[in-house]
Amino acid sequence: MAKIIVVTSGKGGVGKTTTSAAIGTGLALSGFKTVVIDFDVGLRNLDLIMGCERRVVYDFVNVIKQEATLNQALIKDKRTDNLFILPASQTRDKDALTQEGVGIVLDELAETFDYIICDSPAGIEKGAQMALYFADVAIVTTNPEVSSVRDSDRILGILQSKSRRAEKADEPVQEHLLLTRYNPARVDAGEMLSVSDVEDILAIPLLGVIPESEAVLKASNSGTPVILDNASDAGQAYDDAVQRLLGKELEHRFLHAPKKGFFQRFLGGK
Amino acid sequence: MNDACFQLKGSAVSIIVLELYQFSDASFTEQLRDKVQQAPQFFQQSPVVISLEKMPADHSPDFVARLEICRTFHLQPLALRAVPVHLLDAARETGLAIIPATGRSSTPLETERDAPQAEVIVKKVVEEKQVRKPSKVITRPVRSGQQVYAEGGDLIVLSQVSEGAEVLADGDIHIYGTLRGRALAGVKGDTDANIFCHTLSAELVAIAGNFILSDALRKQRWQQSAHIHLDGDSLHVAEL
Ligand SMILES: Nc1ncnc2c1ncn2[C@@H]1O[C@H](COP(=O)(O)OP(=O)(O)OP(=O)(O)O)[C@@H](O)[C@H]1O
Ligand SMILES: [Mg+2]
Repeated sequence: MAKIIVVTSGKGGVGKTTTSAAIGTGLALSGFKTVVIDFDVGLRNLDLIMGCERRVVYDFVNVIKQEATLNQALIKDKRTDNLFILPASQTRDKDALTQEGVGIVLDELAETFDYIICDSPAGIEKGAQMALYFADVAIVTTNPEVSSVRDSDRILGILQSKSRRAEKADEPVQEHLLLTRYNPARVDAGEMLSVSDVEDILAIPLLGVIPESEAVLKASNSGTPVILDNASDAGQAYDDAVQRLLGKELEHRFLHAPKKGFFQRFLGGK
Repeated sequence: MNDACFQLKGSAVSIIVLELYQFSDASFTEQLRDKVQQAPQFFQQSPVVISLEKMPADHSPDFVARLEICRTFHLQPLALRAVPVHLLDAARETGLAIIPATGRSSTPLETERDAPQAEVIVKKVVEEKQVRKPSKVITRPVRSGQQVYAEGGDLIVLSQVSEGAEVLADGDIHIYGTLRGRALAGVKGDTDANIFCHTLSAELVAIAGNFILSDALRKQRWQQSAHIHLDGDSLHVAEL
Protein backbone atom coordinates (compact mmCIF):
# COMPACT_ATOMS: atom_id res chain seq x y z
CA MET A 1 0.00 0.00 0.00
CA ALA A 2 1.30 3.41 -0.99
CA LYS A 3 1.57 5.97 1.77
CA ILE A 4 0.36 9.45 0.96
CA ILE A 5 2.31 12.15 2.80
CA VAL A 6 1.26 15.79 2.71
CA VAL A 7 3.79 18.51 3.49
CA THR A 8 1.68 21.35 4.80
CA SER A 9 1.93 24.48 6.95
CA GLY A 10 -0.79 27.07 6.54
CA LYS A 11 1.72 29.89 6.47
CA GLY A 12 3.66 30.54 3.27
CA GLY A 13 7.40 30.43 2.74
CA VAL A 14 8.21 28.22 5.73
CA GLY A 15 10.00 25.52 3.71
CA LYS A 16 7.33 23.11 2.43
CA THR A 17 8.75 22.76 -1.07
CA THR A 18 12.30 22.48 0.27
CA THR A 19 11.05 19.75 2.62
CA SER A 20 9.03 17.89 -0.05
CA ALA A 21 12.09 17.74 -2.30
CA ALA A 22 14.39 16.63 0.53
CA ILE A 23 12.10 14.01 2.06
CA GLY A 24 11.07 12.67 -1.35
CA THR A 25 14.70 12.30 -2.34
CA GLY A 26 15.58 10.73 1.02
CA LEU A 27 12.85 8.10 0.73
CA ALA A 28 13.94 7.26 -2.81
CA LEU A 29 17.56 6.95 -1.63
CA SER A 30 16.33 4.49 0.99
CA GLY A 31 15.00 2.34 -1.82
CA PHE A 32 11.33 3.33 -1.93
CA LYS A 33 9.70 4.24 -5.20
CA THR A 34 8.62 7.81 -4.57
CA VAL A 35 6.74 10.54 -6.42
CA VAL A 36 6.57 14.19 -5.37
CA ILE A 37 3.48 16.08 -6.57
CA ASP A 38 3.37 19.87 -6.77
CA PHE A 39 -0.11 21.02 -5.69
CA ASP A 40 0.81 24.68 -5.98
CA VAL A 41 -1.00 25.29 -9.26
CA GLY A 42 0.00 28.60 -10.81
CA LEU A 43 3.13 29.03 -8.66
CA ARG A 44 5.03 25.91 -9.50
CA ASN A 45 8.52 25.74 -8.09
CA LEU A 46 9.05 22.16 -7.00
CA ASP A 47 10.53 21.46 -10.43
CA LEU A 48 12.97 24.35 -9.91
CA ILE A 49 14.13 23.10 -6.55
CA MET A 50 14.49 19.59 -7.97
CA GLY A 51 16.29 20.88 -11.04
CA CYS A 52 13.95 19.48 -13.68
CA GLU A 53 12.15 22.61 -14.81
CA ARG A 54 13.42 22.32 -18.36
CA ARG A 55 11.97 18.85 -18.75
CA VAL A 56 8.36 19.74 -17.94
CA VAL A 57 6.07 18.93 -20.86
CA TYR A 58 2.79 17.88 -19.28
CA ASP A 59 1.61 18.57 -15.75
CA PHE A 60 -0.75 17.44 -12.98
CA VAL A 61 -3.70 19.35 -14.46
CA ASN A 62 -3.17 17.81 -17.89
CA VAL A 63 -3.41 14.39 -16.27
CA ILE A 64 -6.54 15.28 -14.31
CA LYS A 65 -8.16 16.61 -17.48
CA GLN A 66 -7.04 13.47 -19.32
CA GLU A 67 -5.06 15.51 -21.82
CA ALA A 68 -2.01 13.41 -20.98
CA THR A 69 -1.34 10.07 -19.33
CA LEU A 70 0.50 9.78 -16.04
CA ASN A 71 3.47 8.23 -17.80
CA GLN A 72 3.72 11.22 -20.10
CA ALA A 73 3.59 13.71 -17.25
CA LEU A 74 5.84 12.01 -14.68
CA ILE A 75 9.42 13.23 -14.78
CA LYS A 76 12.07 10.74 -13.72
CA ASP A 77 14.76 12.33 -11.58
CA LYS A 78 18.18 12.24 -13.21
CA ARG A 79 20.26 11.87 -10.06
CA THR A 80 18.21 9.62 -7.85
CA ASP A 81 16.73 6.25 -8.81
CA ASN A 82 13.14 5.53 -7.78
CA LEU A 83 12.32 9.26 -7.73
CA PHE A 84 9.67 10.96 -9.88
CA ILE A 85 8.14 14.42 -10.03
CA LEU A 86 4.62 15.35 -11.08
CA PRO A 87 4.86 19.09 -11.75
CA ALA A 88 2.14 21.69 -11.31
CA SER A 89 0.83 23.76 -14.12
CA GLN A 90 2.02 27.33 -14.19
CA THR A 91 -0.74 28.65 -16.36
CA ARG A 92 -4.00 27.21 -15.16
CA ASP A 93 -6.06 28.43 -12.29
CA LYS A 94 -6.50 26.50 -9.08
CA ASP A 95 -10.04 25.38 -9.89
CA ALA A 96 -8.58 22.90 -12.34
CA LEU A 97 -7.89 20.59 -9.38
CA THR A 98 -11.03 18.69 -8.44
CA GLN A 99 -11.22 16.28 -5.56
CA GLU A 100 -12.48 13.53 -7.82
CA GLY A 101 -9.74 14.14 -10.38
CA VAL A 102 -7.01 14.20 -7.72
CA GLY A 103 -8.40 11.00 -6.21
CA ILE A 104 -8.23 9.18 -9.54
CA VAL A 105 -4.61 10.24 -10.16
CA LEU A 106 -3.55 9.26 -6.61
CA ASP A 107 -5.23 5.87 -6.98
CA GLU A 108 -3.33 5.22 -10.17
CA LEU A 109 -0.02 6.31 -8.59
CA ALA A 110 -0.71 4.13 -5.56
CA GLU A 111 -0.58 1.04 -7.78
CA THR A 112 3.13 1.44 -8.46
CA PHE A 113 4.60 3.82 -5.88
CA ASP A 114 5.54 3.28 -2.23
CA TYR A 115 5.36 6.94 -1.23
CA ILE A 116 3.37 9.83 -2.68
CA ILE A 117 4.51 13.22 -1.35
CA CYS A 118 2.06 16.10 -1.80
CA ASP A 119 3.70 19.55 -1.68
CA SER A 120 0.88 21.79 -0.46
CA PRO A 121 0.39 25.41 -1.40
CA ALA A 122 0.28 27.97 1.43
CA GLY A 123 -2.99 28.95 3.08
CA ILE A 124 -5.87 26.99 4.52
CA GLU A 125 -8.25 27.31 1.60
CA LYS A 126 -9.18 24.98 -1.21
CA GLY A 127 -5.70 24.35 -2.63
CA ALA A 128 -4.25 23.37 0.74
CA GLN A 129 -7.32 21.30 1.58
CA MET A 130 -7.04 19.45 -1.72
CA ALA A 131 -3.40 18.60 -1.00
CA LEU A 132 -4.15 17.19 2.45
CA TYR A 133 -7.50 15.53 1.75
CA PHE A 134 -6.16 12.09 0.79
CA ALA A 135 -3.21 12.06 3.21
CA ASP A 136 -2.26 9.19 5.51
CA VAL A 137 0.59 11.16 7.06
CA ALA A 138 1.10 14.90 7.49
CA ILE A 139 4.43 16.64 7.90
CA VAL A 140 3.45 19.93 9.49
CA THR A 141 6.23 22.30 8.53
CA THR A 142 6.62 25.10 11.04
CA ASN A 143 9.02 27.97 11.66
CA PRO A 144 9.77 28.87 15.28
CA GLU A 145 7.62 31.97 15.36
CA VAL A 146 4.17 32.68 16.69
CA SER A 147 2.28 33.22 13.43
CA SER A 148 3.66 30.07 11.81
CA VAL A 149 2.82 28.00 14.89
CA ARG A 150 -0.72 29.39 14.95
CA ASP A 151 -1.22 28.51 11.27
CA SER A 152 0.11 25.00 11.85
CA ASP A 153 -2.41 24.57 14.64
CA ARG A 154 -5.11 25.66 12.23
CA ILE A 155 -3.96 23.12 9.64
CA LEU A 156 -3.97 20.39 12.31
CA GLY A 157 -7.62 21.24 12.97
CA ILE A 158 -8.38 20.91 9.26
CA LEU A 159 -6.59 17.56 9.12
CA GLN A 160 -8.76 16.44 12.02
CA SER A 161 -12.00 17.55 10.45
CA LYS A 162 -11.71 17.81 6.67
CA SER A 163 -9.38 15.03 5.55
CA ARG A 164 -10.74 11.87 3.96
CA ARG A 165 -9.72 9.91 7.03
CA ALA A 166 -11.69 12.30 9.23
CA GLU A 167 -14.73 12.14 6.96
CA LYS A 168 -14.69 8.36 6.89
CA ALA A 169 -13.94 8.16 10.61
CA ASP A 170 -10.87 6.02 9.82
CA GLU A 171 -7.67 6.10 11.89
CA PRO A 172 -6.72 9.79 12.03
CA VAL A 173 -3.99 11.22 9.81
CA GLN A 174 -0.58 10.62 11.42
CA GLU A 175 0.81 14.01 12.41
CA HIS A 176 4.49 14.98 12.51
CA LEU A 177 6.05 18.28 13.44
CA LEU A 178 8.99 19.44 11.35
CA LEU A 179 10.56 22.59 12.72
CA THR A 180 12.46 24.35 9.95
CA ARG A 181 14.69 27.42 9.70
CA TYR A 182 15.61 26.88 13.34
CA ASN A 183 18.19 29.34 14.58
CA PRO A 184 19.42 28.35 18.06
CA ALA A 185 21.30 31.63 18.60
CA ARG A 186 18.11 33.62 18.02
CA VAL A 187 16.20 31.23 20.27
CA ASP A 188 18.75 31.84 23.02
CA ALA A 189 18.36 35.57 22.49
CA GLY A 190 14.62 35.18 22.99
CA GLU A 191 13.83 36.27 19.43
CA MET A 192 12.37 32.92 18.40
CA LEU A 193 10.36 30.16 20.02
CA SER A 194 12.32 27.16 21.23
CA VAL A 195 11.73 23.56 20.19
CA SER A 196 9.98 22.85 23.47
CA ASP A 197 7.79 25.96 23.18
CA VAL A 198 6.53 24.77 19.80
CA GLU A 199 6.13 21.16 20.92
CA ASP A 200 4.19 22.40 23.91
CA ILE A 201 1.78 24.47 21.82
CA LEU A 202 1.19 21.99 19.00
CA ALA A 203 1.35 18.80 21.05
CA ILE A 204 2.35 16.48 18.20
CA PRO A 205 5.49 14.34 17.89
CA LEU A 206 8.64 15.99 16.59
CA LEU A 207 9.97 14.51 13.36
CA GLY A 208 12.96 16.79 13.08
CA VAL A 209 14.55 20.19 13.48
CA ILE A 210 16.12 21.67 10.34
CA PRO A 211 18.53 24.48 11.14
CA GLU A 212 18.50 27.76 9.26
CA SER A 213 21.26 27.15 6.78
CA GLU A 214 22.98 28.77 3.82
CA ALA A 215 23.15 25.33 2.26
CA VAL A 216 19.41 25.48 1.55
CA LEU A 217 19.65 28.57 -0.62
CA LYS A 218 22.70 27.18 -2.38
CA ALA A 219 20.91 23.92 -3.02
CA SER A 220 17.78 25.51 -4.45
CA ASN A 221 19.80 27.81 -6.66
CA SER A 222 21.52 24.81 -8.17
CA GLY A 223 18.35 22.72 -8.37
CA THR A 224 19.68 20.02 -6.04
CA PRO A 225 17.62 18.89 -3.04
CA VAL A 226 19.60 19.89 0.06
CA ILE A 227 19.52 16.33 1.44
CA LEU A 228 22.09 15.44 -1.23
CA ASP A 229 24.52 17.88 0.40
CA ASN A 230 25.80 15.38 2.97
CA ALA A 231 28.26 17.80 4.46
CA SER A 232 25.65 20.41 5.37
CA ASP A 233 23.80 20.60 8.68
CA ALA A 234 20.44 21.01 6.92
CA GLY A 235 21.16 18.02 4.66
CA GLN A 236 22.02 15.83 7.66
CA ALA A 237 18.99 17.05 9.59
CA TYR A 238 16.68 16.11 6.68
CA ASP A 239 18.40 12.75 6.45
CA ASP A 240 17.67 12.14 10.15
CA ALA A 241 14.05 13.15 9.61
CA VAL A 242 13.66 10.61 6.79
CA GLN A 243 15.13 7.87 8.97
CA ARG A 244 12.71 8.75 11.78
CA LEU A 245 9.84 8.70 9.30
CA LEU A 246 10.92 5.16 8.47
CA GLY A 247 10.80 4.23 12.13
CA LYS A 248 14.35 4.77 13.37
CA GLU A 249 14.93 6.44 16.71
CA LEU A 250 17.59 9.11 16.45
CA GLU A 251 18.54 11.93 18.81
CA HIS A 252 17.68 15.38 17.59
CA ARG A 253 20.68 17.40 16.47
CA PHE A 254 21.46 21.04 15.71
CA LEU A 255 19.35 22.27 18.62
CA HIS A 256 22.03 24.42 20.26
CA ALA A 257 24.15 27.32 19.18
CA PRO A 258 27.87 26.60 19.14
CA LYS A 259 29.26 27.30 22.61
CA LYS A 260 30.86 30.68 22.94
CA GLY A 261 34.51 30.75 23.91
CA PHE A 262 35.61 32.22 27.22
CA PHE A 263 36.85 35.44 25.67
CA GLN A 264 33.73 36.00 23.63
CA ARG A 265 31.63 35.67 26.77
CA PHE A 266 34.08 37.83 28.69
CA LEU A 267 33.86 40.55 26.08
CA GLY A 268 30.08 40.25 25.93
CA GLY A 269 30.18 39.22 22.28
CA LYS A 270 26.81 38.34 20.75
CA MET B 1 -32.32 23.40 55.18
CA ASN B 2 -32.24 20.07 57.00
CA ASP B 3 -35.86 20.16 58.08
CA ALA B 4 -37.13 19.36 54.57
CA CYS B 5 -39.52 16.39 54.61
CA PHE B 6 -38.90 15.34 51.06
CA GLN B 7 -37.29 16.08 47.77
CA LEU B 8 -38.90 15.85 44.35
CA LYS B 9 -36.85 14.10 41.72
CA GLY B 10 -37.33 13.17 38.10
CA SER B 11 -36.76 9.49 37.44
CA ALA B 12 -37.06 6.95 34.64
CA VAL B 13 -39.07 3.83 35.36
CA SER B 14 -39.45 0.87 33.08
CA ILE B 15 -43.11 -0.02 32.61
CA ILE B 16 -45.26 -2.41 30.64
CA VAL B 17 -47.83 -0.83 28.36
CA LEU B 18 -50.94 -2.86 27.65
CA GLU B 19 -52.22 -1.51 24.38
CA LEU B 20 -55.93 -2.33 24.05
CA TYR B 21 -57.30 -2.96 20.58
CA GLN B 22 -60.82 -3.94 21.48
CA PHE B 23 -62.96 -5.26 24.28
CA SER B 24 -64.25 -8.76 24.31
CA ASP B 25 -64.12 -10.31 27.77
CA ALA B 26 -63.54 -13.90 26.75
CA SER B 27 -60.68 -13.39 24.34
CA PHE B 28 -59.08 -10.71 26.54
CA THR B 29 -58.77 -13.12 29.44
CA GLU B 30 -57.59 -15.95 27.22
CA GLN B 31 -54.96 -13.95 25.41
CA LEU B 32 -53.66 -12.33 28.56
CA ARG B 33 -53.28 -15.73 30.17
CA ASP B 34 -51.25 -16.90 27.17
CA LYS B 35 -48.92 -13.94 27.37
CA VAL B 36 -48.39 -14.23 31.09
CA GLN B 37 -47.67 -17.94 30.84
CA GLN B 38 -44.90 -17.24 28.35
CA ALA B 39 -42.99 -15.28 30.97
CA PRO B 40 -44.57 -15.56 34.42
CA GLN B 41 -41.53 -14.12 36.19
CA PHE B 42 -41.58 -11.07 34.05
CA PHE B 43 -45.22 -10.28 34.74
CA GLN B 44 -45.15 -11.04 38.46
CA GLN B 45 -46.40 -7.85 40.19
CA SER B 46 -45.41 -5.78 37.21
CA PRO B 47 -46.80 -2.29 37.01
CA VAL B 48 -48.77 -1.71 33.82
CA VAL B 49 -50.20 1.25 32.02
CA ILE B 50 -53.35 0.46 30.09
CA SER B 51 -53.43 2.40 26.88
CA LEU B 52 -56.62 3.14 24.98
CA GLU B 53 -54.79 4.93 22.22
CA LYS B 54 -55.54 2.31 19.57
CA MET B 55 -59.04 1.41 20.68
CA PRO B 56 -62.00 2.31 18.44
CA ALA B 57 -63.88 5.32 19.83
CA ASP B 58 -67.28 3.61 19.98
CA HIS B 59 -66.15 0.92 22.41
CA SER B 60 -67.21 1.42 26.00
CA PRO B 61 -65.19 -0.94 28.11
CA ASP B 62 -66.07 -1.91 31.62
CA PHE B 63 -62.92 -0.71 33.35
CA VAL B 64 -63.62 -2.36 36.66
CA ALA B 65 -63.91 -5.82 35.12
CA ARG B 66 -60.82 -5.25 33.00
CA LEU B 67 -58.72 -4.26 36.00
CA GLU B 68 -59.93 -7.28 37.92
CA ILE B 69 -58.70 -9.56 35.17
CA CYS B 70 -55.29 -7.87 35.17
CA ARG B 71 -54.98 -8.30 38.91
CA THR B 72 -55.83 -11.99 38.77
CA PHE B 73 -52.75 -12.35 36.59
CA HIS B 74 -50.68 -10.45 39.20
CA LEU B 75 -50.30 -7.31 37.19
CA GLN B 76 -50.59 -3.96 38.94
CA PRO B 77 -52.47 -1.41 36.85
CA LEU B 78 -51.07 2.05 37.56
CA ALA B 79 -52.65 4.30 35.04
CA LEU B 80 -54.90 4.65 32.03
CA ARG B 81 -53.44 6.32 29.01
CA ALA B 82 -55.21 8.21 26.19
CA VAL B 83 -58.70 8.01 27.65
CA PRO B 84 -61.30 9.42 25.21
CA VAL B 85 -63.50 12.21 26.57
CA HIS B 86 -66.67 10.14 26.84
CA LEU B 87 -64.92 7.61 29.07
CA LEU B 88 -63.22 10.08 31.37
CA ASP B 89 -65.80 9.81 34.18
CA ALA B 90 -65.70 6.03 34.18
CA ALA B 91 -61.93 6.14 34.13
CA ARG B 92 -61.74 8.51 37.09
CA GLU B 93 -63.88 6.15 39.14
CA THR B 94 -61.21 3.48 38.98
CA GLY B 95 -58.93 5.70 41.03
CA LEU B 96 -56.03 5.11 38.64
CA ALA B 97 -53.90 7.89 37.27
CA ILE B 98 -54.93 9.24 33.90
CA ILE B 99 -52.09 10.15 31.57
CA PRO B 100 -52.18 11.73 28.12
CA ALA B 101 -51.50 10.00 24.82
CA THR B 102 -47.98 9.78 23.46
CA GLY B 103 -48.34 12.71 21.14
CA ARG B 104 -50.72 11.28 18.55
CA SER B 105 -54.44 11.96 18.32
CA SER B 106 -56.72 9.54 20.10
CA THR B 107 -59.02 9.23 17.10
CA PRO B 108 -58.45 5.72 15.81
CA LEU B 109 -57.64 4.92 12.21
CA GLU B 110 -60.15 3.17 9.97
CA THR B 111 -57.88 0.22 9.35
CA GLU B 112 -57.64 -0.48 13.02
CA ARG B 113 -61.40 -0.39 13.41
CA ASP B 114 -61.66 -3.01 10.67
CA ALA B 115 -58.97 -5.23 12.09
CA PRO B 116 -60.54 -8.70 11.94
CA GLN B 117 -58.59 -10.31 14.76
CA ALA B 118 -58.98 -9.32 18.34
CA GLU B 119 -55.59 -8.99 19.86
CA VAL B 120 -54.00 -7.84 23.03
CA ILE B 121 -50.49 -6.68 22.61
CA VAL B 122 -48.35 -6.42 25.66
CA LYS B 123 -45.14 -4.66 24.99
CA LYS B 124 -42.39 -3.61 27.25
CA VAL B 125 -41.59 0.00 26.72
CA VAL B 126 -38.72 1.68 28.39
CA GLU B 127 -40.07 5.12 28.89
CA GLU B 128 -36.87 7.07 29.03
CA LYS B 129 -37.17 10.43 30.57
CA GLN B 130 -33.90 12.27 30.05
CA VAL B 131 -32.80 13.03 33.52
CA ARG B 132 -29.36 14.28 32.53
CA LYS B 133 -27.63 14.72 29.21
CA PRO B 134 -24.36 12.82 28.98
CA SER B 135 -21.18 14.93 28.93
CA LYS B 136 -19.43 15.56 25.65
CA VAL B 137 -15.91 14.15 25.86
CA ILE B 138 -13.20 15.36 23.48
CA THR B 139 -9.97 13.36 23.49
CA ARG B 140 -7.87 15.29 20.97
CA PRO B 141 -6.67 18.90 21.04
CA VAL B 142 -9.22 21.52 20.03
CA ARG B 143 -7.28 23.48 17.40
CA SER B 144 -7.27 27.09 16.30
CA GLY B 145 -10.38 27.79 14.23
CA GLN B 146 -12.35 24.93 15.76
CA GLN B 147 -15.37 25.29 17.99
CA VAL B 148 -16.89 22.65 20.24
CA TYR B 149 -20.24 23.08 21.97
CA ALA B 150 -21.79 20.72 24.51
CA GLU B 151 -25.47 21.46 24.27
CA GLY B 152 -27.52 20.83 27.37
CA GLY B 153 -24.63 19.42 29.38
CA ASP B 154 -20.98 19.45 30.36
CA LEU B 155 -17.91 19.47 28.16
CA ILE B 156 -14.80 17.48 29.03
CA VAL B 157 -11.61 18.03 27.04
CA LEU B 158 -8.92 15.47 27.82
CA SER B 159 -6.37 17.46 25.85
CA GLN B 160 -5.58 21.10 25.24
CA VAL B 161 -7.58 23.98 23.76
CA SER B 162 -5.40 26.00 21.38
CA GLU B 163 -5.23 29.72 20.99
CA GLY B 164 -7.89 30.67 18.47
CA ALA B 165 -10.13 27.74 19.46
CA GLU B 166 -13.40 28.07 21.34
CA VAL B 167 -15.17 25.63 23.67
CA LEU B 168 -18.69 26.18 24.94
CA ALA B 169 -21.13 24.31 27.17
CA ASP B 170 -24.55 24.82 28.67
CA GLY B 171 -23.08 23.22 31.80
CA ASP B 172 -19.53 22.96 33.16
CA ILE B 173 -16.30 22.79 31.18
CA HIS B 174 -13.36 20.61 32.28
CA ILE B 175 -10.05 20.91 30.45
CA TYR B 176 -7.33 18.45 31.41
CA GLY B 177 -4.65 20.25 29.39
CA THR B 178 -3.72 23.85 28.77
CA LEU B 179 -6.52 26.29 27.99
CA ARG B 180 -5.05 28.83 25.57
CA GLY B 181 -8.23 29.67 23.68
CA ARG B 182 -11.68 30.75 24.82
CA ALA B 183 -13.92 28.82 27.20
CA LEU B 184 -17.56 29.78 27.80
CA ALA B 185 -19.58 27.79 30.34
CA GLY B 186 -23.27 28.17 31.16
CA VAL B 187 -23.88 29.81 27.80
CA LYS B 188 -27.67 29.57 28.20
CA GLY B 189 -27.45 31.52 31.42
CA ASP B 190 -26.62 28.92 34.09
CA THR B 191 -24.88 31.01 36.74
CA ASP B 192 -23.86 27.86 38.64
CA ALA B 193 -21.67 26.65 35.79
CA ASN B 194 -17.90 26.24 36.32
CA ILE B 195 -14.74 26.06 34.29
CA PHE B 196 -11.94 23.80 35.52
CA CYS B 197 -8.62 23.71 33.75
CA HIS B 198 -5.26 22.11 34.31
CA THR B 199 -3.28 25.10 33.06
CA LEU B 200 -4.82 28.53 32.66
CA SER B 201 -3.50 30.50 29.71
CA ALA B 202 -6.81 31.56 28.20
CA GLU B 203 -7.75 34.33 25.81
CA LEU B 204 -11.11 34.58 27.51
CA VAL B 205 -13.20 32.73 30.09
CA ALA B 206 -16.91 33.35 30.57
CA ILE B 207 -19.73 32.03 32.73
CA ALA B 208 -23.33 32.88 31.90
CA GLY B 209 -22.15 35.83 29.87
CA ASN B 210 -19.78 37.28 32.47
CA PHE B 211 -16.27 37.18 31.09
CA ILE B 212 -12.62 37.96 31.84
CA LEU B 213 -9.99 38.58 29.17
CA SER B 214 -6.44 37.32 29.25
CA ASP B 215 -4.99 40.64 30.44
CA ALA B 216 -6.94 40.38 33.67
CA LEU B 217 -6.36 36.63 33.93
CA ARG B 218 -2.62 37.14 33.88
CA LYS B 219 -2.84 38.47 37.42
CA GLN B 220 -4.68 35.39 38.68
CA ARG B 221 -3.34 31.84 38.58
CA TRP B 222 -1.85 32.33 35.11
CA GLN B 223 -0.13 29.13 33.91
CA GLN B 224 -1.56 27.30 36.90
CA SER B 225 -4.55 25.07 37.49
CA ALA B 226 -7.75 27.00 38.07
CA HIS B 227 -11.41 26.77 38.96
CA ILE B 228 -13.47 29.63 37.55
CA HIS B 229 -16.94 30.29 38.92
CA LEU B 230 -19.41 33.11 39.42
CA ASP B 231 -19.79 34.89 42.72
CA GLY B 232 -22.69 37.32 42.37
CA ASP B 233 -21.94 38.72 38.99
CA SER B 234 -18.18 38.73 39.22
CA LEU B 235 -16.01 35.88 38.05
CA HIS B 236 -13.72 34.24 40.54
CA VAL B 237 -10.53 32.46 39.66
CA ALA B 238 -9.80 30.04 42.46
CA GLU B 239 -7.19 27.43 43.18
CA LEU B 240 -8.12 23.98 41.96
N1 LIG C 1 16.37 25.51 6.57
C1 LIG C 1 16.41 26.63 5.82
N2 LIG C 1 17.42 27.50 5.94
C2 LIG C 1 17.47 28.61 5.19
N3 LIG C 1 16.56 28.93 4.28
C3 LIG C 1 15.51 28.11 4.10
C4 LIG C 1 15.38 26.93 4.86
N4 LIG C 1 14.24 26.30 4.48
C5 LIG C 1 13.68 27.07 3.51
N5 LIG C 1 14.44 28.16 3.29
C6 LIG C 1 14.17 29.23 2.33
O1 LIG C 1 12.87 29.75 2.56
C7 LIG C 1 12.26 30.10 1.35
C8 LIG C 1 10.93 29.40 1.23
O2 LIG C 1 11.15 28.01 1.13
P1 LIG C 1 10.12 27.06 0.37
O3 LIG C 1 9.87 27.53 -0.98
O4 LIG C 1 10.58 25.67 0.57
O5 LIG C 1 8.85 27.35 1.28
P2 LIG C 1 7.34 26.97 0.97
O6 LIG C 1 6.74 26.72 2.29
O7 LIG C 1 7.27 25.91 -0.04
O8 LIG C 1 6.79 28.33 0.34
P3 LIG C 1 5.34 28.52 -0.34
O9 LIG C 1 4.39 28.64 0.80
O10 LIG C 1 5.50 29.79 -1.09
O11 LIG C 1 5.10 27.33 -1.19
C9 LIG C 1 13.21 29.72 0.25
O12 LIG C 1 13.92 30.87 -0.15
C10 LIG C 1 14.14 28.73 0.89
O13 LIG C 1 15.43 28.74 0.33
MG1 LIG D 1 6.11 25.77 -1.89
